Amino acid sequence: MISPYTAPLAGRGVGGLSGITPNIAPPHLKGFTMSEPELAPELAPELAPELAIDVRGLTKSFGKLKVVDNVDIAMPRGQVWGFLGPNGSGKTTTIRMLCGLLRPDAGEGTCLGYDILKQSRQIKNNVGYMTQKFSYWEDLSIRENLEFVANLYGLKNRHEVVDQALETLGLASRAKQLAGTLSGGWKQRLALAACTLHSPKMLMLDEPTAGVDPQARRDFWDQIHRLSSQGLTVLVSTHYMDEAERCDQIVYIAYGKLMAQGRVEDIITQSGLYTFIAEGTGVRDLMERLRGEAGADHVAYFGNALHVSGSDLAGLRDLVARHAVAGITWRQERPNLEDVFIHLMGQSKDNSVRT
Amino acid sequence: MNWLRRILAILTKEFIQMRRDRLTFGMMIVVPVVQLALFGFAINSDPRHLPTLLYLEDNSAIVRSLTAGLQNSTYFDITGQVSTAEAATRALQSGDAAFVVTVPAGFTRAMLRGDRPQLLIEADASDPSAASNAVAMLDQIATSALKQDLKGEWAGLAQGPPPVDIVVHRMYNPEGISQYNIVPGLLGVILTMTMIMITSIAMTRETERGNMENLLAMPARPWEVMAGKITPYVGVGLIQTGIVLLAAYYIFHVPFVGSPWIMALGVGLFIIANLAVGFTFSTIARSQMQAMQMTFFFFLPSILLSGFMFPFRGMPGWAQDIGQIFPLTHFLRVVRGVMLKGADFHALWPNIWPMLVFIVAAMTVAMLRYRSTLD
Repeated sequence: MISPYTAPLAGRGVGGLSGITPNIAPPHLKGFTMSEPELAPELAPELAPELAIDVRGLTKSFGKLKVVDNVDIAMPRGQVWGFLGPNGSGKTTTIRMLCGLLRPDAGEGTCLGYDILKQSRQIKNNVGYMTQKFSYWEDLSIRENLEFVANLYGLKNRHEVVDQALETLGLASRAKQLAGTLSGGWKQRLALAACTLHSPKMLMLDEPTAGVDPQARRDFWDQIHRLSSQGLTVLVSTHYMDEAERCDQIVYIAYGKLMAQGRVEDIITQSGLYTFIAEGTGVRDLMERLRGEAGADHVAYFGNALHVSGSDLAGLRDLVARHAVAGITWRQERPNLEDVFIHLMGQSKDNSVRT
Repeated sequence: MNWLRRILAILTKEFIQMRRDRLTFGMMIVVPVVQLALFGFAINSDPRHLPTLLYLEDNSAIVRSLTAGLQNSTYFDITGQVSTAEAATRALQSGDAAFVVTVPAGFTRAMLRGDRPQLLIEADASDPSAASNAVAMLDQIATSALKQDLKGEWAGLAQGPPPVDIVVHRMYNPEGISQYNIVPGLLGVILTMTMIMITSIAMTRETERGNMENLLAMPARPWEVMAGKITPYVGVGLIQTGIVLLAAYYIFHVPFVGSPWIMALGVGLFIIANLAVGFTFSTIARSQMQAMQMTFFFFLPSILLSGFMFPFRGMPGWAQDIGQIFPLTHFLRVVRGVMLKGADFHALWPNIWPMLVFIVAAMTVAMLRYRSTLD
């Protein structure tokens, strides 16, 4: 099985190029592109069939609220992409537009080569979509749910397909249990089994692991990587940083706008953020004092450590020096993804205020 | 006083929620007003202007006085003449006429002789209450109508018993048993209530539980969903029909004189019409609660304006026009026509095509409203 961490660099290269969005192309990715001249921008159209998702200017409003604002996504086939962003940032709406459940107000593009505006039937036939809220029939058993789905997709050997799915996802022992009586983890397994039943080319999973215990979460991701190794393209939205780090690339969207896109490492580097970590007794009191002080853009807890982040390294150093109290140890570390996201979220708020 | 605060808190929350649920709020305010206006003016248990056909084998000044008397009484509206007994029967079967007045040959001469000839009035008594007031007025109408003509040498006829012997044939329900009218009508009412409610709720439930998003993400076309969801309930409706008909026959002893095939056609169309309404409601209602309310909103005028509860012909013209929209109105005529009158397809066609039109209209609205996206 190919781990996302050891995925071939070539694949990342394609992702790096096609992931560039014209309006907010991150400088380091531009550099990345130029280091691989064979992937020059003028060749991009030829790469198009290799893209599972290729949309430009996707926009959707509900009433006066612009939920998705001019989002471009170019996602190569065969990768696992994480879709991140705060609640209400437009992740679900974007996914629904990609799989033909919502009509975008503006924008165009393809999903698996099919026009998202005109060919939603073909998209539905080739995409497996797992809704955020469990949406299978609670008064049907696991097997009945799967057989229903198999029939809707018109699968030929439906008994074998269903048996196979029950076996692969470890649902066989519970086949007769009503879906409504399953726990969160089992419901999620059923949902994954159901949305992969018709052998889709692509999976869109909307916060599949929300409210699921750590073991089930781990099992779930093992399944995702197993499917990915079989060539499936996976777009998964999540709030968990450890899950984000298991993705080949991540897309960060906030308040309807695409804020960052690329590999985890690149996004961290690109953020230009510096983080100091304080540990020891009394860090709790320190937190209130640090908030709003010059140099500290964000102060947040991780475990029992305090992360103080900012884009001004000198200012941060000053601040650390001011608060070098006995019992508290300071060290500088590379910011983690969550630091970066908190930073991005702050930025996007600024943007929304400005516009 | 904390108990009062808690009650007020809940009360306030209730008001806020009531205001947010526009449909419910609207139903609570608008519906009573509409109903008051509609039913207050529409319902009249003393129907007048009942369509009456004349079958005249004798036509004299006296006969014309009699028919003018009928017309002037406002209970009878002379709508035309027929020249054969068959045509008269057909008009009664199809419901085109509520009465047929037959004046036999030699009527005038016999009357002037003082023989008290018979004046035959065939009344459609399938709904006993619709005809009863008009029938009760007949003797009085005849006596006062003839008063003008019976002067001079015939003045003697104006005294004593009425100079004509009015014979009323209460067709289709000679004993005036109200079950004959009510039980077949109940079939329509039961089907309306359950079919619309079951369909609208079954569909709304999918939305409420989030299943709809899933269904839409899979390749199912709107008409496929509609057909699949409706068909099981057609079966339920047929079982209900069977139960009602068996009870009508064995418990209430309602006759069944007509063709079972026309009955089956009528029931089938009626069930489909109601399911289409239910489906349409489910595309509008956002919760099962709203679906229930809309069902009720449709159900009430159905039973009040269709002629089930009150005589259809008792309503003013505009209310009859509204009543014609509801499939129950036409279904009642088909059921009573088949069971009590033995009417044939030809006689019932005027009540079959409106149901077909209704089905097409309701299905069209449903398909237009049904969205294959979540927008």
